[in-house]
Amino acid sequence: MNLITPDSGLLFWMVLIFGIVFFILAKWGFPAITGMVDERNKHIDESLRLADEARARMAKLAEEQAELIDQTRQEQGRILKEAAQARSEILAQAKVDAQAQTAQMVEKAREQIANERETALRDIRRQVALLSVDVAEKVLRERLAADAEQQALIDRLTDEAVIPSEAKEPSSASYATAGSKSITS
Amino acid sequence: MKKVFAILVMLLSSALCRADDLDIGGIIFDHVLDSYEWHITEWRGHSVAIHLPVILIDGGIKTFNSKHILETGGYEGYHIAAKGEPHEGKIVRADGSKPFDISITKNVLQLMMNALLLLVVVLLTARWYKRHDALKEHPTGIAALMEPLIMMVHDMAKENIGEEDYRRYSPFLLTVFLFILFSNFIGILPFFPGGANLTGNIACTMVLALFTFFTVNLTGTKHYYKEIFSPDVPGVLKPLMAVIEFFSALVKPISLTIRLFANMLAGHIQILCMVCIIFIMGKMGMAMTAGATVISVLFGIFLDVLEMLISFIQAYIFTMLSSIYIGMARQKAE
Repeated sequence: MNLITPDSGLLFWMVLIFGIVFFILAKWGFPAITGMVDERNKHIDESLRLADEARARMAKLAEEQAELIDQTRQEQGRILKEAAQARSEILAQAKVDAQAQTAQMVEKAREQIANERETALRDIRRQVALLSVDVAEKVLRERLAADAEQQALIDRLTDEAVIPSEAKEPSSASYATAGSKSITS
Repeated sequence: MKKVFAILVMLLSSALCRADDLDIGGIIFDHVLDSYEWHITEWRGHSVAIHLPVILIDGGIKTFNSKHILETGGYEGYHIAAKGEPHEGKIVRADGSKPFDISITKNVLQLMMNALLLLVVVLLTARWYKRHDALKEHPTGIAALMEPLIMMVHDMAKENIGEEDYRRYSPFLLTVFLFILFSNFIGILPFFPGGANLTGNIACTMVLALFTFFTVNLTGTKHYYKEIFSPDVPGVLKPLMAVIEFFSALVKPISLTIRLFANMLAGHIQILCMVCIIFIMGKMGMAMTAGATVISVLFGIFLDVLEMLISFIQAYIFTMLSSIYIGMARQKAE
C-alpha cells in the first residue's frame, strides 16, 4: 500500500537534504551554541566556587577579627590590671618612702632639737653663771665696802680663780678676768 | 456571542452541505499522502494549487510541470497510475513500470522549507552567540528561544552517551530533534506553508532512523560488536543470543521509523476525521450539522493541542532513543 511503501523520490531528497542540513549545522550551527553555553556553565560553576571560597574566607577573616578583638580586650584587661597593680605598688612604695623620710626628718629634727636644747642649756647655764657671778659680785661688793679687811680675801680669791682657770679653760679664765677686771675697777 | 457562533456554524455547515457523495477515506488519504501538486483551496469552483515540477530519471533527466500530467492524465508517455495498480498515484511509464522519480512533490517541498527554516533558525542562534559574549549577557531573542531546546538535547546526549564523546554525537542528535520538532509543528498547520504530512511519511522517518542506525553501527566500539556476535553467555546459548542480538540491532531503526511515522500519521488522520464529521453530518439536516460542527470544532481544538504535545514528545522520544542506542554502542568493556 502507498502509505507504508517508502517513496524513492522522497527517500532521495530526504537523504540529500537532511545530510546537507546536518553537515552545515554540525559545522557552523550547534558547536558554536553548545560550546558557548558549556563555557558559560563552566564560568558560572567557577564563579559559584569562587564566591563560596570568598564567603569562606570572609567568615574566616571575621573569625580572626573577633579573635583579635578578644585578644586585644584580654590584653587591655591585663594592662589595666597591671597598671592598677603598679599604681598600688607605687603608692605603697611612696608611702613607705614617705614614712621613712618622715622618720628620718623627725629623727633629724629631734637631733636638731636636742642640739638646740643643749646649746640653749649651755647658754642658759652660762647666763646663770654670769648672773650668779654678777649677783655674787654685787653681794661681795656690798660686803667688801663695809669691811676693808675683806679686800684682801677678794684679791686672794680672785687670784685663785684666775690662775687655775688660765691653765685649764680659757673661757672660764676670761670670765674670771672679766670679773676680776670689773672687781678691780 | 454564543448566538453569533451558532449562526456562523449553521451558515458554514449549510454551505458545505452541497457535497453529495463524500469519499471520506479518499479525502483523508489525499491529505496525508504525498502528491504532485500542493492543493491550497477551492475558489469559485477552481482549485487553487501550486503545481510542482516533476523530475524523472529515465534514461536521462526529464522535467516538466506536474500541471500537464494532472490535467491531461498523460504527458510524454507517462501517466499517473490509477487506483488498484501497483504504483497507485505515482507517475509511471505506459507499461505501468515506475521510473526513478525524484519529483519535487508536496512533501519534498515541505522538506526543503523545513530544512531552510531549521538552517535559518539555528544559524541565527549561532550568530547570536558569535556576536555576543555569552559570559556577560543572558541570551535574548532567538537565542533565548532555542537555547533551552538545544541544551535539553545536549544534556540528554551527555547523560546517555557519556562525558567522554557525547560532543561528537550531540550535533547529530540536535539536528534530528529540531528537524522532527519543526516538521511536526509545521505539519499541524492547516494551510499553505505547512500542512504536508512530512514526519507522517514513512520515507522521511525511515531516513532519520537509518541515519541513527548507521551512526550507531559505524561508530560502535569493539565491546558493542562482541556483545552482538559473541555475547557473554554459556556455549549452547551463544548462537541463539547472537541471532537475537543481531535482530534486535536491526529492529531498532524499524521501531524508530514506525513509531514516529505512525504517531504523526495517526494525529493527522484524527484531526482530519474530526473535520470530516462536519461534512458527513452535513447530509443529515441542519440541527445535526450544527451540533456536530460544535462538537467537532471543540474536539478538533483538543486534538490540535494534543497533537502539539505529541509533536514534542515524539521528537523527544526519537532523539532520546537514538542517544541511548548510541550510548550502548559506545560502551567500553568493563
